[in-house]
Amino acid sequence: MLSMNSITKVYQAGVIETHALRSLSLEVEAGEFVAVTGPSGSGKTTFLNIAGLLEAPSSGTYILDGTDVSTMRDRARSKTRNEKIGFIFQGFNLIPDLNIFDNVDVPLRYRGWPGKERRERIDEALDLVGLSARKQHLPSQLSGGQQQRVAIARALAGNPKLLLADEPTGNLDSLMARQVMELLEEINAAGTTIIMVTHDPELARRAGRNVHLLDGQVSDFQPIEPPPAESDDAVAQVA
Amino acid sequence: MFSYYLRLSWLSLKRNPLLSSLMVGAIALGIGVSMTTLTLFYVMSSDPLPFKSDRVFAVQMDTWGPDEPANRKGGGSPPIQMTYRDAMALMESDIPTHQATMLHRGFAVRTEDEDVRLQRLSARATYNGFFPMFDVPFLYGGPWDDRADENADQVVILSRESNEKFFGGQNSVGNTIFLDSVPFRVVGVINSWQPTPVFYDLNNGAWSSTEDMFIPFQIPITWEYGAHGSTNCWKPEKLENYQDSLQSECVWVQHWVQLDSAEQREAFHAFMDGYANAQKEFGRFQRPLDNRTTNVMDWLEYMEVVGDDNRLLVVLSLMFLLICLLNTVGLMLAKFLNRAPLVGVRRALGASKRDVALQHGVEVMFIGLLGGLGGLVLSYLGLLAVRNWYTGYEYLARLNPEMIATAVALALGAAVIAGLYPTWHITRIQPAVHLKTQ
Repeated sequence: MLSMNSITKVYQAGVIETHALRSLSLEVEAGEFVAVTGPSGSGKTTFLNIAGLLEAPSSGTYILDGTDVSTMRDRARSKTRNEKIGFIFQGFNLIPDLNIFDNVDVPLRYRGWPGKERRERIDEALDLVGLSARKQHLPSQLSGGQQQRVAIARALAGNPKLLLADEPTGNLDSLMARQVMELLEEINAAGTTIIMVTHDPELARRAGRNVHLLDGQVSDFQPIEPPPAESDDAVAQVA
Repeated sequence: MFSYYLRLSWLSLKRNPLLSSLMVGAIALGIGVSMTTLTLFYVMSSDPLPFKSDRVFAVQMDTWGPDEPANRKGGGSPPIQMTYRDAMALMESDIPTHQATMLHRGFAVRTEDEDVRLQRLSARATYNGFFPMFDVPFLYGGPWDDRADENADQVVILSRESNEKFFGGQNSVGNTIFLDSVPFRVVGVINSWQPTPVFYDLNNGAWSSTEDMFIPFQIPITWEYGAHGSTNCWKPEKLENYQDSLQSECVWVQHWVQLDSAEQREAFHAFMDGYANAQKEFGRFQRPLDNRTTNVMDWLEYMEVVGDDNRLLVVLSLMFLLICLLNTVGLMLAKFLNRAPLVGVRRALGASKRDVALQHGVEVMFIGLLGGLGGLVLSYLGLLAVRNWYTGYEYLARLNPEMIATAVALALGAAVIAGLYPTWHITRIQPAVHLKTQ
């Protein structure tokens, strides 16, 4: 599903260079649920941004679903992002002026689907997260957990092959966090590949595989004990 | 997607009504001020005789004294009016397609209906060539005939407004009105006719209304009336009676001709020069030969109907629009950057830079349209104020369809210019930077 080979990302601020990722290589198979952990500044967010085509790598190759996306231009990257990737953010990132229905509609608008098809997909996605009854509500009228479920519905509406989640439960209390995690597990069980960045060892433990980043590289050190069943399948490589 | 972007624009305006109002207000103010001055300038500069203004000419003959020119313009030029006797000499020519000597004065007017009170109305005394030469439209009847010109027949043509006033708008041809108690037969009623400026007689105000009625030129001459307007003389003359003033060197009548071809114009100039040379033998026309025919638009330019101060005012108002636009750029930049996190979300969800540019471009146009409509209202109020504060601007300070279209186009153009940089800037944001901060 995702293959990164010798990816580097260097940020330049004047004469100062910051190496966020250093020759990172990673393979993720279709249908995997990968948790990416690491201390602050280890490159987790940069990795997620490159994986989500929000940033281009400074060097290296990135193959997504069989296509080399590392050198794509903006329109092609946007189209690929829209069709193949779904995002879930820590802060939900719903658009406050739009009601729930219209929030879920945003990625479908950019896909250019006709209205009827969009409406059906939105209804399905909201059904999946149990918020069909709230589609005319504004985000401010929902709880944090409900907002995150809307964000998940929005991410799923376009049937992406890869779901990228950045601390999806970071702003939620433990009950809501558990509900969201269960939802992600259901989605993964249905076949969607999930890569989740998290600080929470408990959540990381529930993922199929853990990838630990340290100083912009995949580290051999595994602070979180991997789940016994999937531990042999881990394919993280140190470049 | 256009309707979607339009809806997003509306939501965006509602989200921050103060900032939105400031942007729309800045554009509206700039458009309002510039359109007020542009409308005045446009009407002042427009062709009052479309389709034939290049074939209709004001006539000047240099009858002035030898010591100095009548006008210092262009190193010396002939007087802008003519003496009575020279104008009458030109009327003898059959070269022009149409021609007319004319003067302006007032009369006390009443009808046979004693309930209609006596009124002081303006009149133009002229020849029947005036009407076809200036494309004057008739509602009823038509111009008087040549015999009426020759015999100073007591016939009158009313303006539409005068006809409304005296006859309730009915066909009054054949009816009688009294000018200074003398009966005149109505032979025609003019439809609405307001050339702007009133080019044929700039002595009585370029922006005034056309006359209330028209009578044969020889009527005031027969009655020994003078003209209302300016009379200029280059030498002191002892005028014992009215006949003396008709033969004097004073200029006080206007003369216009229609010359449809270059040959006709050449022939008319030859006629004028021949006449002037013949007059030189009688001691007149002491200056070098300088007889001129000037077409309508050149005449307005020569008479400086649109002064440099008007042009300066237009430039200043456009500079004011520029200042308003610069303010709008700042406001728009603040508004767009404020929503950078939302743009980041949209980018993450699949919007390309082009999509972001289109969304914000539509919003910019929407703001421009609202600003344009606000500007039109302000222009209307501005022109209303001009009409109320300054006399003679009644027919000038009015918004016409062309200017309304110009205002909307100017507002949209201004908004696009103001929105270019903020829109470009918002497409350049790195979505990843803002996703964490939303």
